[in-house]
Amino acid sequence: MNEIIERVKNLSIGFNSQKGKQISILRNVSTNIKKGETVGIVGESGSGKSTLALAMMGYIKQGLFPLKGECLFKSEDLLKMSSRQLEKIRGRKIAMIPQNAGQALTPNLKIGYQIDEALRLHTDLNKTERDKKISELLNKVRLPSPETMAFRYPHELSGGQQQRVAVAMALAGKPDLLLLDEPTTGLDVTTQAHVLELLRFIAKDTGTSMIYVSHDLGAIAQVSDRIVVMYAGEIVLEGPARKILKEPIHPYTYGLLKSIPKLSLAGLPASMPGSQPQPGSINEGCSFYDRCNLATDNCKKNSPSLEYIKELDTNVRCFNYKELINQNNNLQTSITKKSNNSEANEVLKLKDVSISYAKQKFFDQLLNKITDQNPTVKDINIDIKKGETIALVGESGSGKSTILKSIAGLLKTKDGQIKFENDRILSSDLKMRNPNDLRAIQLIFQNPDESLNPNHTVEQILSQPLKLYFNLSGEELKKNIIDLLKKVRLGEFYISRYPRQLSGGEKQRVAVARAFAAKPDIILCDEVTSALDVSVQAAVLNLLQQLKEDLGTTYVFVSHDLAVVRAISDRVAVLYQGRLCEIGPSQNVYKFPSHPYTEVLLGAVLEPDPDIKPKLVAEDIVEEKPPEKGCSFQGRCPRKIGDICNSEVPPWQIGENGNAIRCHINIEELASLQQ
Amino acid sequence: MQSNLVTDDKQKNKLEKAFEILKTMASKPSGLIGLTIVLFHVVLALISPYIAPYDYKAISPNTMLLAPSAEHWFGTDSLGRDVFTRTILGGRTALTVTFFGSLIALLWGGLLGIFCGLVGGKIDDVVMRVVDAFLSIPWILAMLLIVSLLGTSTEVLIPALGFFYGKGIVRVARAATHDVIAKDFIVSARARGHSNMSIIWNEIIPNVRDAILVEGAMRWSWMLLGFSSLSFLGFGVSPPTPDWGLMISNARGLMSFAYWSVIAPIVGLSSLIIGINLTADAFAKALGIDRSTKAPV
Repeated sequence: MNEIIERVKNLSIGFNSQKGKQISILRNVSTNIKKGETVGIVGESGSGKSTLALAMMGYIKQGLFPLKGECLFKSEDLLKMSSRQLEKIRGRKIAMIPQNAGQALTPNLKIGYQIDEALRLHTDLNKTERDKKISELLNKVRLPSPETMAFRYPHELSGGQQQRVAVAMALAGKPDLLLLDEPTTGLDVTTQAHVLELLRFIAKDTGTSMIYVSHDLGAIAQVSDRIVVMYAGEIVLEGPARKILKEPIHPYTYGLLKSIPKLSLAGLPASMPGSQPQPGSINEGCSFYDRCNLATDNCKKNSPSLEYIKELDTNVRCFNYKELINQNNNLQTSITKKSNNSEANEVLKLKDVSISYAKQKFFDQLLNKITDQNPTVKDINIDIKKGETIALVGESGSGKSTILKSIAGLLKTKDGQIKFENDRILSSDLKMRNPNDLRAIQLIFQNPDESLNPNHTVEQILSQPLKLYFNLSGEELKKNIIDLLKKVRLGEFYISRYPRQLSGGEKQRVAVARAFAAKPDIILCDEVTSALDVSVQAAVLNLLQQLKEDLGTTYVFVSHDLAVVRAISDRVAVLYQGRLCEIGPSQNVYKFPSHPYTEVLLGAVLEPDPDIKPKLVAEDIVEEKPPEKGCSFQGRCPRKIGDICNSEVPPWQIGENGNAIRCHINIEELASLQQ
Repeated sequence: MQSNLVTDDKQKNKLEKAFEILKTMASKPSGLIGLTIVLFHVVLALISPYIAPYDYKAISPNTMLLAPSAEHWFGTDSLGRDVFTRTILGGRTALTVTFFGSLIALLWGGLLGIFCGLVGGKIDDVVMRVVDAFLSIPWILAMLLIVSLLGTSTEVLIPALGFFYGKGIVRVARAATHDVIAKDFIVSARARGHSNMSIIWNEIIPNVRDAILVEGAMRWSWMLLGFSSLSFLGFGVSPPTPDWGLMISNARGLMSFAYWSVIAPIVGLSSLIIGINLTADAFAKALGIDRSTKAPV
């Protein structure tokens, strides 16, 4: 157990900038991986975690080169090996599971063939032995019906299944070390929990060492024995997983853990100020100095070295870690948010809304209608009160973004009405809406890289809505832009910057400012924090809440992340396959009795706590289409009671907590079942 | 203002940006060579009437087909005209016609392509099928028809060449627009209720401009070749105006014993085409590199 299979010694990796300066991305990293151990490498984007993990298999991205140090795999330096020598190690000794298996599998080769290829390369088995091995591997990664699975093409599999195939391929060569680069990041909540469970099983079963790279402390907490926390290319904290997650003694890890929204906490997570320094802009002193609330003058001048603390079995890079040792009960705190008064008027009503992506048939085109008996989104009834934050929650394909697009007028509804202020019907066609209604409803998108024009300065970006809706120009326009920037806590000097000169969080702030420029009544937020780092996410959530409290805006907040939704929303609507399952005040939706689907979702949430394991109650099958009859969740429901679920749409039941559940099971019975 | 805070990324004005792109282009040998050749030809076209040693149309039976000498650097042609004079003057018409032709091609092709890419649907279908139909007609036949109907004046040649070389730009501009309109900032502009014109002008053009400009530069060199082909066939510039295509055409019969009268215009024409091609390549690279350097390092 204590045999070290890979040792990284004083590794620095960097590149030459255009100005000819040598800039390091990894700085003096030393760590080692023991046999049978799972090490989680965690850090925000740009912290160097992937660079480190890839270097551990002897791979260095183009443009980068090792400056010093070595990566010893069983006492051989991978960084000095020729590509032929590396070929012998990769796949056989060290295997990798990529982030997006859908893109890593060859689309026009069958699954079985691809696994066979790995076996042929890395083992000496003959054809019949290999065939046996393939079904063994497919069994091991728990793919349904391995016999037929081998003859399928990657596109016939769901994302979770593709990831399982990637695991099977990696295991083909019986590697000593498995490298996992964000293997569950693109997956749905329930699938993610299932894949992690599988990985944990495989680690135990085969005794393979694993390096698990992720930005998600929740996922890391589920699989790791030891955690390495990276910041700005350095290891800042390293130690046993439980110690790191429960008693983080580095201010960055502490702040990071605090900034993760948790299912058990209703309020907003605390945010860390600032953002990670860019490579090359790191000066002398501690790289976390700017964001640290324990920082002293000493931290500015001298950079701390990694110090081993025997009692905690932890390495820490901080002068003042002792101050954190006794503070850790504070991890379970959050900022309470002002909730709105429930007497407020309804500002937006969705009445029986159905949306179909089906192509119009020729005849329908003539009559300008859509005939689709089984639309993507069906019978959505939601009343949204002024000043509240309502969240639409569901996995991919639940129709949550579709509904958002319809409200914005980007997608026509099939049936039903969208009513705005005083029951005035809003056309679902953008061109039929009057400018004032367009102004009143604004959108914020998931990915600020795509939602901001890369060739516009911040000034140009923000002046678009101001010019369009308020006809501002000259000094007044500039004054308004600066006011907006101040509102989202950005300085005046951002005005002349281009999006590429901003960090992810700053970009999303600009996007928020653009939405608020229109002085909207309703802001539609489409997964606004899922492209951001955790510490930045907390800051954006806090900003949104602050703006709402100041300006009385209503949010429709779409997210797949139940913890984030819990933190920001007043009311939650849970969607499955475009049908509402449950709706109610958020503190009640997160309590039982729940709709079985809500139960599944809540069970699958990954908390950054090694003691809270996800409860896997339903299969992670992906359904392509909503069922034509009956309950939308019939295909996966762990509490299905019989034919009635397949034939009849369940009735709405109101629980005593005030949440409405759509299920055939009596609500009291549900409550006792779920206790 | 807090301008001192933003020393490294202060907003550059357009001239500075253009200068920077030129600098990047010139930083590689191929780009430097291309730029030098193009610059040389442009300067030559501007000053050649003032430095030409002889009258380009002076015919003299005494100086027919003289080999290169100190008096006639590139020799003389079959009518006794000085080849050096005619060569340095011969690029003027071609450069002017094709430069303005390319501009027209860029304008109509680019705008139509962007428009089709944005609106999509039926309009896009119809327009693109018409463009395809035109693409299937050999341009030189169509050009010959137009020229024989309307004459060979520059007022006819510029728009006609501009039209035929713009068809391809429609496709490029449309494809570039398709890449852009899937992005959320276009959806955002749409949801705000901006008009199509405003979206094209503010959101799309800044993002497709580079691709279209590079395509336009490539078209310029092709158009130059096309225009010279027309002259060669006798449908471009009419004699006695000096023109490379025409000169090659006139002298090609005498190539075996008076090679000098054909070599000079060939070198002139091909060097200019190569120069424009190299410049366009470097231009594309300079813009591409500019976009890929994201980190402010």
